[in-house]
Amino acid sequence: MSERKLFKGNEAVGEAAIRAGCRYFFGYPITPQNEIPEYMSRRLPEVGGCFLQAESEVAAINMVYGAAAAGARVMTSSSSPGISLKQEGISYIAGSLLSPLIVNMVRGGPGLGDIQPAQSDYFQATKGGGHGDYHLLTFAPASIQEMVDLIYISFETGEKYKMPVMILADGVLGQMMESVEFPEMKEPNDPHKSDFAITGAKGRPSRVVKAFDLDPDKMNKLNFEMEARWKEAEKNEVRVEEYMMDDAEFVLTAYGTSSRVCRSAVDKARAEGLKLGMIRPITVWPFPGDAFRRAADKVKGFLAVEMSLGQYIEDVKLAVDGKRPVYLHAVPGGLIPKRDEVLAQVRGILEGKGA
Amino acid sequence: MQDVYRTAKSLTKRTMHYCPGCAHGIIHKLVAEAIDELGIREDTIGVAPVGCAVLAYNYFDMDFAVAAHGRAPVMATGIKRVHPDKIVFTYQGDGDLASIGTAEIVHAAMRGEKITVIFVNNAIYGMTGGQMAPTTLVGQKTSTSPYGRQAEHCGSPIRMSEMLSTIPGAYFVSRVSVSTPANLAKAKRTIKKAFQNQMEGKGLNIVEVLSTCPTNWGRAPYESMRWVDENMQPYYPLGDYKQAEEAK
Repeated sequence: MSERKLFKGNEAVGEAAIRAGCRYFFGYPITPQNEIPEYMSRRLPEVGGCFLQAESEVAAINMVYGAAAAGARVMTSSSSPGISLKQEGISYIAGSLLSPLIVNMVRGGPGLGDIQPAQSDYFQATKGGGHGDYHLLTFAPASIQEMVDLIYISFETGEKYKMPVMILADGVLGQMMESVEFPEMKEPNDPHKSDFAITGAKGRPSRVVKAFDLDPDKMNKLNFEMEARWKEAEKNEVRVEEYMMDDAEFVLTAYGTSSRVCRSAVDKARAEGLKLGMIRPITVWPFPGDAFRRAADKVKGFLAVEMSLGQYIEDVKLAVDGKRPVYLHAVPGGLIPKRDEVLAQVRGILEGKGA
Repeated sequence: MQDVYRTAKSLTKRTMHYCPGCAHGIIHKLVAEAIDELGIREDTIGVAPVGCAVLAYNYFDMDFAVAAHGRAPVMATGIKRVHPDKIVFTYQGDGDLASIGTAEIVHAAMRGEKITVIFVNNAIYGMTGGQMAPTTLVGQKTSTSPYGRQAEHCGSPIRMSEMLSTIPGAYFVSRVSVSTPANLAKAKRTIKKAFQNQMEGKGLNIVEVLSTCPTNWGRAPYESMRWVDENMQPYYPLGDYKQAEEAK
C-alpha cells in the first residue's frame, strides 16, 4: 500500500514518468516547468537513467527523437514558447511513429508572453502543431493525482497507437501542491526487444527510423496508416468527466485548470437552485464529442470556459454541430477565470440578455 | 587469383543516386571500409542528414536514422545515451552542420559526446540546387551568390575544424581531402581512427572531408578535384587540428 504524499505538480510529473518506466529526460530550462528537469536531474541517476540538459528546446526534442528511435521510454518537458520550438521535432517523431512523452506547462502568449498559467496552446496541442498531418494523444489533467495517473499510462497508450503523447497542463498544475498517491514502479522496457528500434543490426536485417520518403505514394500510404491508428484511438481512448449532467439544463465545459473553476461554479449554482452541469474532457485529443452530442439533445446551451481566446470552443462547436448555442468565456494572456464572473455570464444568457 | 577490388561489406548493392563525379560515393566507401576493418557493422548506428546524403541509409547496410536538418549530432546523442555500447556516427554536409546545425555540433563537442561525425564540406548546398553555404569561398558563384560571394555582404566562410578544435570536449578533429589517391589513403586512415577512438570510449571525433559538387560547381569531375586542391585547400588546410596528447 503506497502512502499519500504532498507533492508539487512539476515534481510529481517527474516521479510519475519514472514510475512509468521512463529513464531518459532531455530538456531546456523555461518557466513555469523548471522543477521537472531539476527533479529529473537528481532522481534519474538514482534509478540508472540519464538526464541531459540540451543547448536548446530544438536540441532537446531531437535528443528525445534519437532516444525514442533507439527504443527507450523518453520524455521532455517545456512551456509554450519552448513547445513551439519543439514542434519541428515533434512532427518528425510523429512521422516516425514513435511515442515519447512531451509535457507542456502552458503559459500566457503570444510571443514570449508571460510566465502565468494559460491554455492558449490548445491548437498546437490538439491539431498537430508542426508541419504535416499528425496528432498527439493529448491528456489534459485537472489535478496532480490525475496528471500522475495519466503519465503512468502514457507510454503504453502511445506505443499502442504509435503516437507521441502530450500532457497539456499549465502553470497552476505545475506550481501547486496537492496530496498524491504514486503507483508502483514499472520496469523500464528493453529496447532490444523492440521490433522497430535501431539497436545495431546484429543477426537481423538493418532498420531505418525516418519520417521521410521521396516517393509520394509511400508518404500517402504512411499518412493513411497513421489515420487508421487515430481512428482506433478515437474509438478506445476518449476520457471525459460528466459532472452533474443527469438533470443539467445548461452546461459549462472546460478542461484542466479552467474546469476546477467551473466545478465550483456548478456547485454554487446548484446551491442556488440553478441546474448547471459540466463536461470536462480529460483527453482533448481524441476529443469526447459524444458527451456533447448526447447533452445537446437535452440542454439549453453550452458555455466554453477557457484560458485562451476561442481555441477550445472550436472543438465544442464542432461536436454540438449547431444544435444548441455555444457561448465563450475567454480569459487569455495568463489570467484565471473567476467563478462568479462565469456564473454571471450564465445568468445573463439564461435571462436572455445575450452572452 | 589476385584480389584487386572488393566492395565494402557495410555497403548495400543499391545503385547510388549521387551525381556522376560526386565524391559522396568515395566517402561512403571509406566509411564503410573503416567499419568493415574494425568489424563493427552490426554494432554501428548511423544518422543521415538533410541534404544529398539524406538517402545514406539506402547505401549503408546497418541501422540508420534520418535526422531533421542540422540535428544529427543531437539525435546521435539520444541514441548513444541509450546505447553507450554501440558505435554511433553522423554523416553531414556543410549546409547541415555548418549552417543550420551549428549549435548542435558545437554543443555535442562541448559535451564530449562519444560519437563520430563525418562532415562533408563541398562549399555549397547540393540537394537544393547549388545555393551559397557558410563554407562557400569568397568570390565563388552559386545560385544565391550569382555575382560571387562578397565578404562585405555576407562574411567570409566559416572554418569548422579550426573552431571545433578550440572546444575542450572535442577529442579528435581532422580535415582531409579525397582529391588525390594520396589524400584518399590519408582520409581512410583518419576516418578509421575517428571510429577507433569512439570504440575506446573517446569523443567527440570529427573528420571534415573536403569534397566536390561537379553538378552545382559547373565543373567536370576531374576539374572539380583540382578545384579542391587549388581553391578549397588553401582556405581549408588539411591536417589534424586536435588529437589527445597520448594519441599524437
